[in-house]
Amino acid sequence: MSVEIGHFALVLALLVSLAQMVVPAWGAHVGDERLMAVGRSAAIGTFVLVLIAFVMLADAYVRSDFSVLNVWANSHSAKPLIYRLSGVWGNHEGSMVLWVLILTLFGAAVALFGGYLPSTLKARVLAVQASISFAFLIFILLTSNPFERLVPAPLEGRGLNPILQDPALAFHPPFLYAGYVGFSMAFSFAIAALIEGRIDAAWARWVRPWTLAAWMCLTLGIAMGSWWAYYELGWGGWWFWDPVENASFMPWLAGTALLHSAVVMEKREALKVWTILLAILTFSLSLMGTFLVRSGVLSSVHAFAVDPKRGIFILAIMTIFTGGGLALFAARATELKQGGLFSPISREGALVLNNVLLATAAGTVLIGTLYPLALEAVTGDKISVGPPYFNLTFGPLMVPLLLALPFGSFLGWKRGDLRAAAERLLTAAGIALVVAVLAFAFMSPGPWAAPLGLALGIWVLAGAISEVLFRARFGQAGLPEVARRLSNLPRSAWGTTIAHAGVGLMVIGIVATSAWQSERIVAMKPGEKTLIAGYMLEFRGIESGRGPNYSEDRGRFIVTRDGRRTTELYPAKRLYDAPRQPTTEAGIHVALWGDLYVVLGDAQKDGAFAVRLYFNPLVRFIWIGAVLMFIGGALSLSDRRLRVGAPRKSRKPMVVPAE
Amino acid sequence: MTRKQRRLAFILSGLLVIGVAVGLVLFALSGSITYFKTPSDLADNPVPAGQRFRLGGLVAEGSVKRGESLDVEFRVTDTIGTVPVVYRGVLPDLFREGQGVVAEGRLDEQGRFRADSVLAKHDETYMPPEVAKALEAKGVKLGHGARHPGTTSEQASQ
Repeated sequence: MSVEIGHFALVLALLVSLAQMVVPAWGAHVGDERLMAVGRSAAIGTFVLVLIAFVMLADAYVRSDFSVLNVWANSHSAKPLIYRLSGVWGNHEGSMVLWVLILTLFGAAVALFGGYLPSTLKARVLAVQASISFAFLIFILLTSNPFERLVPAPLEGRGLNPILQDPALAFHPPFLYAGYVGFSMAFSFAIAALIEGRIDAAWARWVRPWTLAAWMCLTLGIAMGSWWAYYELGWGGWWFWDPVENASFMPWLAGTALLHSAVVMEKREALKVWTILLAILTFSLSLMGTFLVRSGVLSSVHAFAVDPKRGIFILAIMTIFTGGGLALFAARATELKQGGLFSPISREGALVLNNVLLATAAGTVLIGTLYPLALEAVTGDKISVGPPYFNLTFGPLMVPLLLALPFGSFLGWKRGDLRAAAERLLTAAGIALVVAVLAFAFMSPGPWAAPLGLALGIWVLAGAISEVLFRARFGQAGLPEVARRLSNLPRSAWGTTIAHAGVGLMVIGIVATSAWQSERIVAMKPGEKTLIAGYMLEFRGIESGRGPNYSEDRGRFIVTRDGRRTTELYPAKRLYDAPRQPTTEAGIHVALWGDLYVVLGDAQKDGAFAVRLYFNPLVRFIWIGAVLMFIGGALSLSDRRLRVGAPRKSRKPMVVPAE
Repeated sequence: MTRKQRRLAFILSGLLVIGVAVGLVLFALSGSITYFKTPSDLADNPVPAGQRFRLGGLVAEGSVKRGESLDVEFRVTDTIGTVPVVYRGVLPDLFREGQGVVAEGRLDEQGRFRADSVLAKHDETYMPPEVAKALEAKGVKLGHGARHPGTTSEQASQ
């Protein structure tokens, strides 16, 4: 019965979102406050209804109600509770419900906390937001109904693909979706502003917290996915330039650009047209990501197999919103008034460079991802575009971006002094150079560019630290004064520094692990020893064991370094009960300077086992960097000045358009 | 600088970045795309030895032979043509005879495909989409019609 309640709630949500789409927009048009106020209650109503649907579906999973087709196809009663829950979004239908749940949550958040917004803008934002929920609710109800019944009910479910039964992956989709969907706020604000025909610095200040929150979630979501792929897929890689990964990475690049251009717009009222365009494009890329992943048009190492009808439906949604948004943009953008002037060498100029490079990088990733599809459609040739393409195009575009990054934060608004900035960055440049020279000297076997890449990471990291130290007058004032100034820095300043330091650390990790990874594949018999990156591994044989819903053959390796015992590793081959599927569990010794990574392969004829060994230097820095970006974003978000709704002194009164 | 000159400077530098990017894209695309072929495609249009491509099909029944140390030999077939494949390394968990597979590598002088990575199918109902499509185009019936739950594929490479 509960499942029918869920289904009914979803249908009701569709109707309420229709009301939320039409009534406030009409109210804003005719200037009727009461009609506009409908948006608020409708947004909250839609959210509550979708929440009911989601809870009912989750409940069916927790109770293992196999009379529901979706639960039967994706769950099993022997699964631990957390994976029964994460199974809700471990499949197409359930993940779309989660998508809409997060979408309506954002809508409800605007309704609840958006009291500071001019009422017409708020009404229009809610209406645009509702149009997106409406489209996706129709999509779910017509093509992907998770509440379909199965008669007669089977006794046992088919189970969730075991490699998805994993803590990092349990939380990867919610964060990823919060990111994707969060960019819908930027889109709704952009469309609403275009309809109003008026955009100012206040607009950027309203949009920025939402964009920042979405960006943080997307950053963490992508990092979790990468971390999961690293330890679960068992080939020691953390990023594969796979189409599904690119699908989430493109909105991230565009969103990062948006975050920075919104700063320029807020502070200087410049780049208005560009920021609006970027807001539309970022969400369009999110929609395209959803399309690419959900339609199954891509051959991917993470491919979710799905039915083409759904693909066409999402493609239609994407076309309507992207096309509609861009058409409105084309019609209205010329009416937007130009903002403040600035010289090329200035904070604004640096942020423009950031935007040009990030947007171009997103473009190259887009081409690499879509080219195989286009070519197949035109010539019928099936090709794949591999990592070399992305390394060749994306990599070079990041070099000027990272070189310029530390300068950006030292340049003043409007007109910057490049020379003064360079002087302040002298220490950072010195450290980076020394590291490059040391890396050339001591890490000789490796690509020639690696020491330079490492130096680039250090440069960004040291540049970020220099900035706070400079702000605290380090080296000029006494230590107590420096400490006082540091503690008085606004949180947004700390946020910027920490996020940029995270970028630096991530670059260091990426360069080190790509350039100096050691890899060996050996056949080992019990009792044999092998050496990698200074670690001695002794294979002690295989033992069989049982987990909650799998049986496994576990290898035992004793790891020593310089004669001292470091740890024991247990790489395993598991066979899950339902579905009966083998998986490989890597044995990983985690350390900050590098991971030792052991994978157990097949048994050989002579009683030996194939064993794959990796040493991945500094690979942890990649995820630590991502977490720092998240923390930086969170600090920025918690800054008083940026907090949603916080009034700001010394600003001209808000312009409330009346029609 | 006047407003116009400034704008021109911005536009020109933007175009410069985009121009460089386009150059990189074209250069990279010409060098790093790999074609997907099935064994009968190879019979129709031979690929010269040494050129990289992806070979897809089914692992022929009874063809998997494990050699010394970590060498593996098997045949990939689309039921019309067959190509012998040699691979050294750890195969993916779901590599099995009679199942779909995509291998990436080059042909050697003896006409054997030397794979440096092998991508296998992922669960009982999933088949790499290119393989499924290519086999379907050749009129080969695949023995699966069940619903496809969300699945993830996996890869072995060295």
